[in-house]
Amino acid sequence: MSVLAHVFEQAGLATVGISLVRGQAEAAKPPRMLNVDFPLGRPLGKPNDAEFQTSVLMAMFGLLERTDVPVLEDFPESIEDQTGEAPDSCPLPPRHNPELHAAIDEAQGLRNAYDRNLEATGGRTLVGRIAGVDGIAGLIEQFIEIENGSSLADIGWDPMTTIAVGQDVRAYYEEAGLQLADNTGARQLETWFYHQTETGQLIRRVRDLMKEREEDGTAVTYLAPMTQG
Amino acid sequence: MAADAMIRKNVSGLPSPDLTPTATALNKPLSECKVAICTTAGLRSAGDIKLWMDSSFTVLPNEARDLQLSHFSPNFDRAGLTADLNTAYPADRLNELVDAGVIGSVATNNLSFMGAQMDATFSAIIQDTGPAAAQILIDDGVDVVIFTPV
Repeated sequence: MSVLAHVFEQAGLATVGISLVRGQAEAAKPPRMLNVDFPLGRPLGKPNDAEFQTSVLMAMFGLLERTDVPVLEDFPESIEDQTGEAPDSCPLPPRHNPELHAAIDEAQGLRNAYDRNLEATGGRTLVGRIAGVDGIAGLIEQFIEIENGSSLADIGWDPMTTIAVGQDVRAYYEEAGLQLADNTGARQLETWFYHQTETGQLIRRVRDLMKEREEDGTAVTYLAPMTQG
Repeated sequence: MAADAMIRKNVSGLPSPDLTPTATALNKPLSECKVAICTTAGLRSAGDIKLWMDSSFTVLPNEARDLQLSHFSPNFDRAGLTADLNTAYPADRLNELVDAGVIGSVATNNLSFMGAQMDATFSAIIQDTGPAAAQILIDDGVDVVIFTPV
C-alpha cells in the first residue's frame, strides 16, 4: 500500500492512507498516513459505528493539506483485539444426528444462523472460494479424511486449495456466529471458531498433523491464523 | 502480548523500497474534490472470489456492496468486515460525506489490490499495475485517493 501511495502521488493524485503497522509506515515513508492502533482487519475501527468511522475519515482528510511529506500522524484512540476471548454468548447447536461426525453435525446445525446472516447482509457472503454454502460439509469431510491419515495429495488439494478451503469453512462459521454472538470484538469469533467449535478444533489438529507429516509449509502456515495456536 | 501486537512486531522490519516521498497538493477545496478508495483488503466483486496472491488489481464499481474477500492471509480479524463492509471499505461513509458537503463526489470506480503480497515484486507495482491503476482514477477525474489496508 505504501508503494502504491508513492506511485499515485507521482501520477498527480493526492493520497492519504491508514496505517495499521506503524513500523511499516516508518520504513516505507508513504506521503501521508494516519496510523491507527486498531485491530488488524478493522482499519476504520468499529463495525456498524458510522460516527466513529467518519471520525477516522475526517482525521485522514485533515492530513491532505500537508505537503511536508512524509507525514505520519497517530489517531488518538486505541482499540485492542480480543484474541483468546470468545464472545460472551455464542451457543453451538446440540448434537442432532449422532451418526454424523461431530463437525459435520455441528456445521449443518449452524445453517439457519448462516442463512439469517445472509439475509441481514443482503446476500453478501465470504463463502465461495472453493465451494458454496451447500458444499461446506463436503469440505469438512475432507479435513476429516486428512485427520484419518490421507495426505493433501491423496484428496487432491494443492497448498492454495487447502488454504482457500480453510477460509471458506471459517467464513461459513463466522457468518453464522455473527447471528449467534452478543458481541463481536476483534478476533472473538475467530477465537470461538478455532477453540470452541468442533470444526475449528479439527482444522487446528489437521494443521498440526500436516506439520508433523511435513506437508507443504505454505499450507501449514496459512491454514489457520498464527495467533490461534 | 496481544495477538495483533505480536504480528505488528513480526512485520515491522520487512523491507521496503527506498522511495522519496512526493506530495501532490490539492488545487481546490476538498468539498470540490472527487474521492476514490484504494483498498488492499483483497476485495473482489461477487462471483470473482479467489485466493489472491499477485500484484494485479481489480475495479470495484462504487455502488457495489456484495464484495467478497480474496485476501490469502488468515492473520487478521474478518468478522468486522463480514459484519460491516465499511470497517475496511468506507464507501457508505464517503457517500454520506458527499451529502454533507465535506467532499465533492465519489469516484465511479474504486480499486482493490491484495496486501502483504507473497508473489508480487515492488517493481511490478511501481512500473506496471500501480501506474495503470492510477491512470484509471485520473481518467475518471479523481483528485484524492484514500488507502485502506487490513
